[in-house]
Amino acid sequence: MKRALSLAAALAIALAAAPAAGEIKIGFIATFSGPGAALGQDLYDAFMLGIDHAGGKLGGQTVEVIKEDDQLKPEVGVQIARKLIEKDRVQIVTGVIFSNVMMAIHKPITDAGIFFIGSNAGPTPLTGKGCSPYFFSTSWNNDSLHEPMGKLATDLGYKRVYVLAPNYQAGKDAVSGFKRYFKGQVLDEVYTQVNQPDYAAEIAQAVAAKPDAVYVFYPGGMGINFVRQYQQSGLIGKIPLLSTATIDGTTLPALKEAAIGAITASPYSPDLDNPQNKRFVADFRKKYGRTPSWYAAQSYDAAQLLDSALRKVNGSLANKEAFRAALKAADFKSVTGPFRFNTNQFPIRDFYRVDVVKDASGQAAFAVKGTVFKDHADNYSKECALK
Amino acid sequence: MTASLLFTQLLNGLQLGILLFLLSSGLTLVFGIMNFVNLAHGSLYMLGAYFAASAFRATGSFLAAGVIAVAATLALGVAVERLALARLYARDHLDQVLTTFGLILIFNEAVRFVWGSAPVYMNVPAALAGTVNLFGLPYPAYRFAIIAVGLAVGLALYVLIHRTRVGMLIRAGAANGPMVAALGVNIRLLNTLVFGLGAALAALAGLMAGPIFAVQPGMGESILILTLVAIVTGGIGSIRGAFYGALLVGVVDTVGRAFLPALLREFLDRALAQAAGPALASMLIYLLMAVVLALRPRGLFPVKRS
Repeated sequence: MKRALSLAAALAIALAAAPAAGEIKIGFIATFSGPGAALGQDLYDAFMLGIDHAGGKLGGQTVEVIKEDDQLKPEVGVQIARKLIEKDRVQIVTGVIFSNVMMAIHKPITDAGIFFIGSNAGPTPLTGKGCSPYFFSTSWNNDSLHEPMGKLATDLGYKRVYVLAPNYQAGKDAVSGFKRYFKGQVLDEVYTQVNQPDYAAEIAQAVAAKPDAVYVFYPGGMGINFVRQYQQSGLIGKIPLLSTATIDGTTLPALKEAAIGAITASPYSPDLDNPQNKRFVADFRKKYGRTPSWYAAQSYDAAQLLDSALRKVNGSLANKEAFRAALKAADFKSVTGPFRFNTNQFPIRDFYRVDVVKDASGQAAFAVKGTVFKDHADNYSKECALK
Repeated sequence: MTASLLFTQLLNGLQLGILLFLLSSGLTLVFGIMNFVNLAHGSLYMLGAYFAASAFRATGSFLAAGVIAVAATLALGVAVERLALARLYARDHLDQVLTTFGLILIFNEAVRFVWGSAPVYMNVPAALAGTVNLFGLPYPAYRFAIIAVGLAVGLALYVLIHRTRVGMLIRAGAANGPMVAALGVNIRLLNTLVFGLGAALAALAGLMAGPIFAVQPGMGESILILTLVAIVTGGIGSIRGAFYGALLVGVVDTVGRAFLPALLREFLDRALAQAAGPALASMLIYLLMAVVLALRPRGLFPVKRS
């Protein structure tokens, strides 16, 4: 009896350690409901397109993608992470739009020895001291995302800039990232309530301060409200509107002409001139009937990264060190341009100046107007113990 | 701070207040007269905005979009009232809150199903796309249109409530519902009428808000909170209270957001002012509500009850 039990236990352990050969299970966590749902959908659609482009497999291996909605709630994120780890026994997790969810699920997933490819959120603690050998990002660190606009504002010769952001951690990270590279004077930093719909008061204050330019970080619906109200006040041509993560692929369809003339800094633009991006944009438009956002680009890159790494290890995750080395090599052609991993396994990448212009058919579209940073690494990699 | 800036901010506050009034008038009618807590009022506003955005794109006429949005939301509101809400009038407020909260979730997901989760685009009508120069500061013409529409609605409601027979019944229903029913008035029909009127006003607010706010699932919730503050401050059930309450909330919120952070900086450390300013500015309307309720527990313009 005792023997049978220990045999059963040994069998159970063996089964747990070696999941059914020949298929890789990937947990896909993102926000698919509530105001952030459009971002999650972009992430998911692009990842599935990446699998299509790799021949319906990743690295020649069949994959099963298990899609879960975190509802933008950290506690829900933890629940579904547990379910993916314990019940579905996934070997890889990818996705995640929002930093608060990322902070909650990063530890349970990486502690379980599961490879985690973050394709959007990049909270600073995970970039520095909290970095993990199992975590890779195809996006950026939260505040390094805002450094390019600081540099660009300096390069454009703006001396006096008025800054607005929502009153939460990401808003403050944005402003500190911007200020790190902006050499001029910040006239005022205004923090507004999260999800505030009306910005008439703030816009009037900004105009009265007579700035050379206005810099904002308003993701999602806040950005649509702000940019439209700014344009309706007749300001876009008069006081240049600089922004990051405000006018992007997910908000431009709701802004259209209202955003023409705005200047943004971005890790991606759909008109980036490289063959892999041309194919990605054309097929994404064909399959989903819309233009991919940077969220989509980062998630497509996550699929490409997994494809390249799985190919190197012949589709087997048995040797984790080998798979980690294969991921670290980043042996794929990113749609966002040059891409390699830093020691903290966040990318070293280019950031571009991307303007909103009228395209040939008269529609508002993004256009790359030069590179702000080449091979830009975040500020925190030295705090990470990984080599 | 200059006089023209202060004037602009007061105008901004007035305009936000007027937009809130379009919502609060409908909500206060339903709450005050039917004694019904309708949390789904914000959903009707959202649906109005979606209908308006779609109709505007299809017809190219803002006026037609308005008519279609109001009619469609009215029909939907009446249908929901007949099918789901009418049987809850006799129940307590908790049941009503639970049901209408459920409706919020249903409407949000239905909207996502029909229009997708990305925000929908709605243009400013071309005639109002420009700006008006106010002592050197540009002011969007469309916001003047919101003020005009809101004042017109206020006037129309005043006439309806105080000068017509239906209005008399509505006032009587607010003061003493069972007595009105005992006098042989079809209170069921009156309730449907009032609910429909509330839905139509919510749709009108959605129409006017469409071109300045993002039309997206869940857009009704954040504004519903401001609306509730407005009607509680003004006095539940009273149109006059909804009007002044909304204006007060709009002006206090806007002026507070605009000037409080700078004011705090005058006598506080800069970093502390930067942290405290926005927090205090966002609390201001709730403080106002608390003060009003402490002094006048039934709001500024309470309905007289027998």
